[in-house]
Amino acid sequence: MDKNSKPDSDLLKGMEPVAPDMTPDPINKDQTEADTEVSSVDNSEDMSGMDDIINEFIVESYENLDQLDQDLVGLEKNPGEVSILSSIFRTIHTIKGTCGFIGFSKLESVAHVGENLLSKLRDGALTLDPPITSALLAMVDAIRQMLSCIEKSQNEGVVDYSELIETLTTLQKGESAKIAPAPTETSSVEKSEEIVPVAQDEQSAQILVPESKSKKEDSPAKPAEPNGGVERKQEVRSMADTNIRVDVTLLDQLMNLVGELVLARNQILQFSSKGQDAGFLATTQHLNLVTTELQEGVMKTRMQTIGNVWSKFPRVVRDLAASCGKKIRLEMEGKETELDKTLIEAIKDPLTHIIRNSADHGIESPEDRKAAGKPEEGLLKLRAFHEGGQVNIEIIDDGRGINPEKIKEKALEKHLITPDQASRMSDHELVNLVFAAGFSTAEKVTNVSGRGVGMDVVKTNIEKIGGTVDIQSTYGEGTTLKIKIPLTLAIIPALTVMTGGDRYAIPQVNLLELVLLEGEQISKNVEFIKGAPVYRLRGHLLPLIYLSEELKVKKKDDNDKVNIVVLQADERQFGLVVEGVRDTEEIVVKPLSQQLKGIPAFSGATIMGDGKVALILDVMGLAQSARVVTQTRKRSRLESSEKGDEKATDKQTLLLFGIGEKGRMAIPLSMVARLEEFKQADIERSGNQDVVQYRGEIMPLIYLAKIFNGDTSYTEKETLQAVVYTKNGKSVALVADKILDIVEETITTKRASNRKGTLGTIVVQNLVTDLLDAEGIVREHDPTFFDNQPLATV
Amino acid sequence: MAQNRQYCTFYLGDLFFGVEVENVQEVFKYQEMTRVPLAHSVVRGLINLRGQIITAIDLRARLGMDELPDGKLPMNVVVRTEEGVVSLLVDKIAEVLEVSEDNFERPPDTIDEITRELVLGVYKLENKLLLTLDTEKTVRLGPPVSMAGEV
Repeated sequence: MDKNSKPDSDLLKGMEPVAPDMTPDPINKDQTEADTEVSSVDNSEDMSGMDDIINEFIVESYENLDQLDQDLVGLEKNPGEVSILSSIFRTIHTIKGTCGFIGFSKLESVAHVGENLLSKLRDGALTLDPPITSALLAMVDAIRQMLSCIEKSQNEGVVDYSELIETLTTLQKGESAKIAPAPTETSSVEKSEEIVPVAQDEQSAQILVPESKSKKEDSPAKPAEPNGGVERKQEVRSMADTNIRVDVTLLDQLMNLVGELVLARNQILQFSSKGQDAGFLATTQHLNLVTTELQEGVMKTRMQTIGNVWSKFPRVVRDLAASCGKKIRLEMEGKETELDKTLIEAIKDPLTHIIRNSADHGIESPEDRKAAGKPEEGLLKLRAFHEGGQVNIEIIDDGRGINPEKIKEKALEKHLITPDQASRMSDHELVNLVFAAGFSTAEKVTNVSGRGVGMDVVKTNIEKIGGTVDIQSTYGEGTTLKIKIPLTLAIIPALTVMTGGDRYAIPQVNLLELVLLEGEQISKNVEFIKGAPVYRLRGHLLPLIYLSEELKVKKKDDNDKVNIVVLQADERQFGLVVEGVRDTEEIVVKPLSQQLKGIPAFSGATIMGDGKVALILDVMGLAQSARVVTQTRKRSRLESSEKGDEKATDKQTLLLFGIGEKGRMAIPLSMVARLEEFKQADIERSGNQDVVQYRGEIMPLIYLAKIFNGDTSYTEKETLQAVVYTKNGKSVALVADKILDIVEETITTKRASNRKGTLGTIVVQNLVTDLLDAEGIVREHDPTFFDNQPLATV
Repeated sequence: MAQNRQYCTFYLGDLFFGVEVENVQEVFKYQEMTRVPLAHSVVRGLINLRGQIITAIDLRARLGMDELPDGKLPMNVVVRTEEGVVSLLVDKIAEVLEVSEDNFERPPDTIDEITRELVLGVYKLENKLLLTLDTEKTVRLGPPVSMAGEV
């Protein structure tokens, strides 16, 4: 940066306010070019939004000032050149406008008088003569001086420019004035050195290094505090020198190339694992390291924290709250969550809209809140985090929530759904109708939101970048809006699994652990509830999904191994059963083509080390279509609810268990509270009764084998399987020898039974099965069990 | 003199098809594909084309024709469309032909519906007919249920 001009002047105290009598023409600097560029200005995480704005302002202004120097000199040669004058005028106008916005009043006032003078020149009221040129150049120097001060110490410095301002004002009035050169640097150093401690210098040095994590507590928005104004020769480089503006398309290209490089690296790694040449191996290792670092670096250039977008929301919310007479507290969590620049741009508008909506419609007036027993101040919370290879953004309010009934009415009224559909829809599905085109529930249209062109646009915009949006609301308690944006550009680590002879990649972020079951373990550990397989993972039930079934592909190797990939989707865990597990690899996520967009099971595709394509599994999508997570995605919603109807016939779900060698018994699943497994060691005795401690209570055990067969071999078993039967808060454990299956059957009693403890005999899966009389057995065992009293010690 | 157009031509069975040369990115021989479960029935799989992943659509299936006889491998005609770059699987790639607009005619109404939908028109060549394909419509598949073919 050019800092060789060191004008001098006296240092005066106080700042003369400039009367805003001259309203300059609202000419704005052409911003279109700037819009397509990303400024690689310091992106360190702790940068507040304001810092970023100031940095951008400084970088931009320096560029403009360099241009201004040239322009002014050029103008002196061709005083009549209007285009140059206009350009100068615009530059100064932009600087003035931005500092007014950021709160640099001193800088603003200098720019303001300069602008006034320039407007006179431009309008032809004055002609440029050497005194005016000198004054303007002095002004440029003054601006530059203040900028460098701002850059170093976040304030405009202590130098007083009132004389310069006076000169400019006089000139503008058409009088020739004694040219007052801009204040001198040396004097400012002398003066300020007493005020400014050494720490000031350290701070400014930190600001100059973009990677530095220094926290600048004091807000730069505060107008000039009387310190700073220091300039030191040994200062390293200024912001404008350490930053360049780069076209985003160039970054895109670089990103693609790095993606290619990563793939090539993966291929070479595969070769090298076969090779013996030590030199080749070493080179490969090096290539590997360099590629990884390069990849990280390039990714970083495109990443921005979501705080960049959020920074304007406190103001938005404040203004809204004020205009609606509400009290709203805005909380933000996960500001530092980074996402790609293009995604940041894309979510800006939808987010603003959602926040306006929440503040306007969601949060009630203080009176209403009080009446509802809530604190007067409403809470609006923004959360952002990475999960499942996606960026999650949640907008949570504790407002009035959405009334599903009202939505239903509106949707019916607007013919968005048929009455038949409406009757089948869950509250959650109804609430999500707010995203339907042409839907607005606002009873009165405010100037803030509620014109019916709201949430559907939000949804479309988010879906455009491959994201999803979901709304959950409890009427009266609040609304949570969840946005998920995939990292389509990202390079992520992923686990490769095999199913049906094909490879699939699972993003590592979804992965919790791997479980391998072999031989006997399978039948022992995989149980079924209502036909759905579950696995007991350290005492917790893990629902299992077979990938081959989800993808409707034929299993290839039918070995006796079960590979369970334990995955996380939302707050739920589930096990994905695959046929084989390969290794983990860095993959480049490529979006799926238009023809394949509608498949919820896949989030993208990638090219593996051997150059072949593999699909990337969308863990969330799989979980949803397998109903691990309760709500299906909207697109499959109506179809699936129709399917569900067919099943609701007079079938009953039965739990089948074995007693003794051959005995098969069944109990309606509706009577089963839980299936449990108890260790022999945990069984205690109370009187002549075996009991276990279960969920803070003492639960008696009833051995069915003993009742039916007089068999007492259960004492030799290490673990016992039990059906927990609960009534009136009391539980007993019915110990079976073996839990067999859960089936859905139409119960046809073939023969009533007089055998004690059974209700009859039925045929299930072509086998004769006794229907257990659980109540009878329990009553027999403890006649007081069904009395509506708390459980006495048995 | 009427305007001449250039078509990249290929065969599907004994039918002779053409795609406007400007829309064709490249052609290449059969390459192994990664199948996509749950996808539309005409999607044969994904191909790695120099780091770009492209979807291959079985043009026979798309036009409701029988499968290619066993043992024969299709070839790829990669077309640029609004829906992205897509590979069309064809039996055999032929030459680039320049045809005169004079010989153009709308497809006759007697051909089957799906073909009529996807074929822009017919050029009457000396010894055969050249059917020109509407690539945009061809790659637009709609919901992933089997729809092509059964007409």
